[in-house]
Amino acid sequence: MTDLINGLYREGEPIQDTKAPGGPIEQRWTKRRFEAKLVNPANRRKLTVIVVGTGLAGGAACATLGEAGYNVKAFCYQDSPRRAHSIAAQGGINAAKNYKEDGDSVYRLFYDTVKGGDYRARENNVYRLAEISPNIIDQCVAQGVPFAREYGGLLDNRSFGGVQVSRTFYARGQTGQQLLIGAYQALERQVKGPDNPAGTVEMFARHEMVELVIVDGRARGIIARDMSTGEIQTHLADAVVLASGGYGNVFFLSTNAMGCNTTATWRAHRKGAYFGNPCYTQIHPTCIPVAGDQQSKLTLMSESLRNDGRIWVPKRAEDCTKDPRQIPEEDRDYYLERIYPSFGNLVPRDIASRQAKNMCDEGRGVGNELLEVGPDGTERRVRRGVYLDFVEAIQRMGKAAVEAKYGNLFDMYAEITGEDPYQTPMRIYPAVHYTMGGLWVDYDLESSIPGLFVSGEANFSDHGANRLGASALMQGLSDGYFVLPNTIRDYLASGPYPAVDSHHPAVVEAQENVKARINHFLSTGGTRSADSYHKELGQIMWEYCGMERTEPGLKTAIAKIRDLRKDFWSNVRVLGKADELNQSLEKAGRVADFLELGELMCIDALHRRESCGGHFRAESQTEDGEALRHDDEFCYVAAWEWGGENEAPILHKEPLVYEFIELKQRSYK
Amino acid sequence: MRITLKIWRQAGPNTSGSMHTYQLDHVSPDESFLEMLDMLNEDLNSKGEEPIAFDSDCREGICGMCGLVINGRPHGKKGVTTCQLHMRNFKDGDEITVEPWRATAFPVIKDLVVNRSAFDRIIGAGGFISANTGSAPEAHSVPVEKKKADKAFEAAACIGCGACVAACPNASGMLFMGAKVTHLGLLPQGQPERWTRIRAMVSRHDAEGFGGCTNVGACSDACPKEIPQEMISFLNNDKRNSARH
Repeated sequence: MTDLINGLYREGEPIQDTKAPGGPIEQRWTKRRFEAKLVNPANRRKLTVIVVGTGLAGGAACATLGEAGYNVKAFCYQDSPRRAHSIAAQGGINAAKNYKEDGDSVYRLFYDTVKGGDYRARENNVYRLAEISPNIIDQCVAQGVPFAREYGGLLDNRSFGGVQVSRTFYARGQTGQQLLIGAYQALERQVKGPDNPAGTVEMFARHEMVELVIVDGRARGIIARDMSTGEIQTHLADAVVLASGGYGNVFFLSTNAMGCNTTATWRAHRKGAYFGNPCYTQIHPTCIPVAGDQQSKLTLMSESLRNDGRIWVPKRAEDCTKDPRQIPEEDRDYYLERIYPSFGNLVPRDIASRQAKNMCDEGRGVGNELLEVGPDGTERRVRRGVYLDFVEAIQRMGKAAVEAKYGNLFDMYAEITGEDPYQTPMRIYPAVHYTMGGLWVDYDLESSIPGLFVSGEANFSDHGANRLGASALMQGLSDGYFVLPNTIRDYLASGPYPAVDSHHPAVVEAQENVKARINHFLSTGGTRSADSYHKELGQIMWEYCGMERTEPGLKTAIAKIRDLRKDFWSNVRVLGKADELNQSLEKAGRVADFLELGELMCIDALHRRESCGGHFRAESQTEDGEALRHDDEFCYVAAWEWGGENEAPILHKEPLVYEFIELKQRSYK
Repeated sequence: MRITLKIWRQAGPNTSGSMHTYQLDHVSPDESFLEMLDMLNEDLNSKGEEPIAFDSDCREGICGMCGLVINGRPHGKKGVTTCQLHMRNFKDGDEITVEPWRATAFPVIKDLVVNRSAFDRIIGAGGFISANTGSAPEAHSVPVEKKKADKAFEAAACIGCGACVAACPNASGMLFMGAKVTHLGLLPQGQPERWTRIRAMVSRHDAEGFGGCTNVGACSDACPKEIPQEMISFLNNDKRNSARH
């Protein structure tokens, strides 16, 4: 291990994914499935798997493992597994079906995803994702997911950002909801209940994982808090799966649900699971702009709107306060169509977002003026919004067709802003949406802790430095239905693992840590709410670790986060009791973990002195302002090991090897 | 705006509750109703009073987690969820009452938070199509008439929030159940289990303590996704026909 680098981190030994087989890429997944050991049906009954999170990745895994006959214990913090945040995904799910005969193929989906991720994803994982994608659509249709169909009764497709084929399957603007309900129903079919006493899945809703239990170097269980009663419970198993989603809420304002948090993944990180590429966050270009300082979340308007809507700002700053309908065509700057003629409004998300920021920074943004404190500490007034205009689409397709395609999104916009998007163009601005980073996993989705598997947004594996639209649903279901159930059996085949007693020192220690933390929060006698700390952390992260990052900015952020964290631990005020429903207590625990993760994100962003995908370092750009990678230095996954309390984290590099796709400067022009 | 709130507070499932009055100044019309409650909670916390427990998650009208009875109406306004209700719907000086869903099948956990797990058990009884992972045929092997697919989608828009139950004088879950039975019953994939599904779901619904439907229509009126009452007709029709299968 090296000495301290920049006073912030150390570098340890490089790591590798040892599970992916070699040979032709199109045969690797088949080979791995064949080589992974089998568990005979009679033995599955003797094995227990804990799954934390019931979104697409978790819900689908619970259903599939339950169908196979394993005992599953499923946990979610919501009051029902049907409410996981996968439900909010709007636009669609990609699959290489080539139903449009427009040149799509598994290889093209693989290629588009690697390129879209700015060459920072593993080829093996991405190829497998593309290969599995058609099976997902088959599975969902069989479950009764009501995808959009054409008059002939066959499935409809649309196109999405970053690609030139139509491979996105959708259910109006509610694709995530319909896919999740499909997985939820499959899960409920396995849940032990009054009508299904032989069910294989035990469901724990309104339960939050607060600690991971490791015995003899293996993940063997979790400590969970029953959020209705406050009871601290120990759950033991042969393996643990985290499918607990992303950490976008570290920014406070994001498109994530209020409850989305990093606690499950961060607690695992502190127990030895490496965190991969924490600085890779996705800022989604089409969200409703911030309206005021009481705002609790930002609302996404599906990227599918970019298929028919045109994005513009006034050419002249003095036009920005005018009614947009009064601004003539020649005074409008359709800047994405101007800068990127071949992809136009359908450039990938990272590019669309950064250009919107650039337009507003130039003073050509629209909407309310907001008071901001810039990275240099000075106050400024900026309009943070660009127009997304449907006038041309309404003329071309007719209002009824636009309504059929996007009606619910238009209604949602009208409800939130009080403006009618059929009459005036929508105002949109980028917002934090997804985190490509997450716990490091190998080809089997197993983390650096044996027996701890991570799937869906919670892992780092498939999207590199930028995720393409309609790929999150694909990854969640691919991991949940098809990958994890096949790979986890290789681990379970060596089980059942020796029974763990609830008085085992590792269990007792985990329980005591949890209780001590709760007691601390309830007894600090401080003055500030957990929410107020969360908001302040979010402002730091957005300003210094958001759409544009610089060395001095990130250093400032690290210092500010450390101060804030110190203050939080001595001055947070949590009222109420431990043994009851206590939402302030839940928040305090989550904010405590965000405060640690935020620092690691900044350290990761600081160490990566290149721009790639959603990670834009101002010091590393091309002449025309595009992200400039440095493949000679940074073509690796940064997997961070927890260094201990108040100790520097340890960086392990996993070199990225491109055997099939040639690394290029990404161009969408 | 200055708002007076009368809010139901109840310490736990086994204690009795009552309405409490709170004042809130400087409410912005652009805030959502739940952001207004966040503000109130921040205020209570700073005064050393325990914040009010209420459920919410996605805050964009799709997860179905939030649900308050506002001035006697579930979600407070037609066609929205509580999180989509904005303060511009109220006036300066308004007095607003806020209560939890009230139904035997949805017991209160604390303040405005209720337990809706009965809905999950209804789905578990039969609200699914049995298609194990890996067993699916090619998606285009079964075309679905567009009209039916669209209708199924309309039914599948249900978010399981429970407003229909809260609005119904009988606390019936028939609209929730009707939506699921219609969604799956219209699709070719849902036919093999059509009749067993309806019998299992209805008997679970009744066992959970939901009431029957007497055609009041308050459910559809309160539904944030405006699921039409005809879904209950579909349910009743299938229930009758199931006796012959």
